[in-house]
Amino acid sequence: MSANVTTVSPTLMPIFAPCLTIGAYLLGVEVQGRWRSPILNPVLIAILLVGVTLRLCNISYGTYFSGAQMIHLLLGPATVALAIPLVVSLDHIRRGARTIFTALVVGSVTGMVSGYALVRLLGGSRLVALSMLPKSATTPIAIEIARSLGGVPPLAAVFAIGGGILVAVGINPILRCLKWDSPGALGIAAGTAGSGIGASQVIPQHPLAAAFAGLAIGLNGLLTAVLAPLISLSLRH
Amino acid sequence: MHLLRSYFVLLLCQLIGETLSRGIPLPIPGPVVGMALLAAWYIGRRTQPGEHMTRAANGLLAWLGLLFVPAGVGIVANLALMRSEWLPISVALVGSTALTLLATAWMMHRGERSVG
Repeated sequence: MSANVTTVSPTLMPIFAPCLTIGAYLLGVEVQGRWRSPILNPVLIAILLVGVTLRLCNISYGTYFSGAQMIHLLLGPATVALAIPLVVSLDHIRRGARTIFTALVVGSVTGMVSGYALVRLLGGSRLVALSMLPKSATTPIAIEIARSLGGVPPLAAVFAIGGGILVAVGINPILRCLKWDSPGALGIAAGTAGSGIGASQVIPQHPLAAAFAGLAIGLNGLLTAVLAPLISLSLRH
Repeated sequence: MHLLRSYFVLLLCQLIGETLSRGIPLPIPGPVVGMALLAAWYIGRRTQPGEHMTRAANGLLAWLGLLFVPAGVGIVANLALMRSEWLPISVALVGSTALTLLATAWMMHRGERSVG
């Protein structure tokens, strides 16, 4: 169909997509370095730049995504690599185990209940509310849980990633303002509320924040998987 | 070669994790199971990760944000899905994310202060 002609040849896509993605991200890092504003988050800037470029060049998201697999697939080993800061900080985690576990459970339940309840209170459909419920878990968990609860999996992905970006943008100014920004609080809060994207903001800041964020991503994923079906049953409205 | 060995271990843990996650009745992704396995391996042997593994892991984690960009662009592609309920969606996403962040950080702050 002539209407769907793209400006980039398909054979070039596996190189074009990574170039575009890495270039946009580097530009985002540069912009944040220059203006030092948390709103100018490199992930957010890169997503917007790539999105606009795809629209201008008339490239479908599916075509871009299959071309960008080289980058996307590294998420797997990178997630496994979160074990390393965790092991290095094991003594800190052991000493704070009770605090960490309490914060995780409170954060996890707050995220699920408030996500569902706010959508319903504002007149949103139950379908959207069920897709919002698991949004604080890491994206693949959120997608699967939304599916099993009867929500919309692509919406769940959007909410999980969107929430992660909000955490990446907001966590430093908000916690600094409240003077709650210890490396432990930053790490657990980033991993619990914003999973991987939230963690990517605090990991370079402190090794302990990296360890706690990795732990929080794993445990909040587990808690959400176990608690979401129970919570959705108790929230019938 | 040592760096290559570290990347091999990370991928192998993911592969074992993906295989195990299919047998678990909960939707836990393979890489998360792999992370737990690798951590359990070091903890069980009472060893710390070596220099090369630390370099390999830090190398990947230094630009973790970049790795989320391809999936994140999907938001732009799925914007149409949200058109009819944009108000409850945007308020709930911002409000619930802020509440989760504050509740978690507050509990950590309280707990850390009482331990000293």
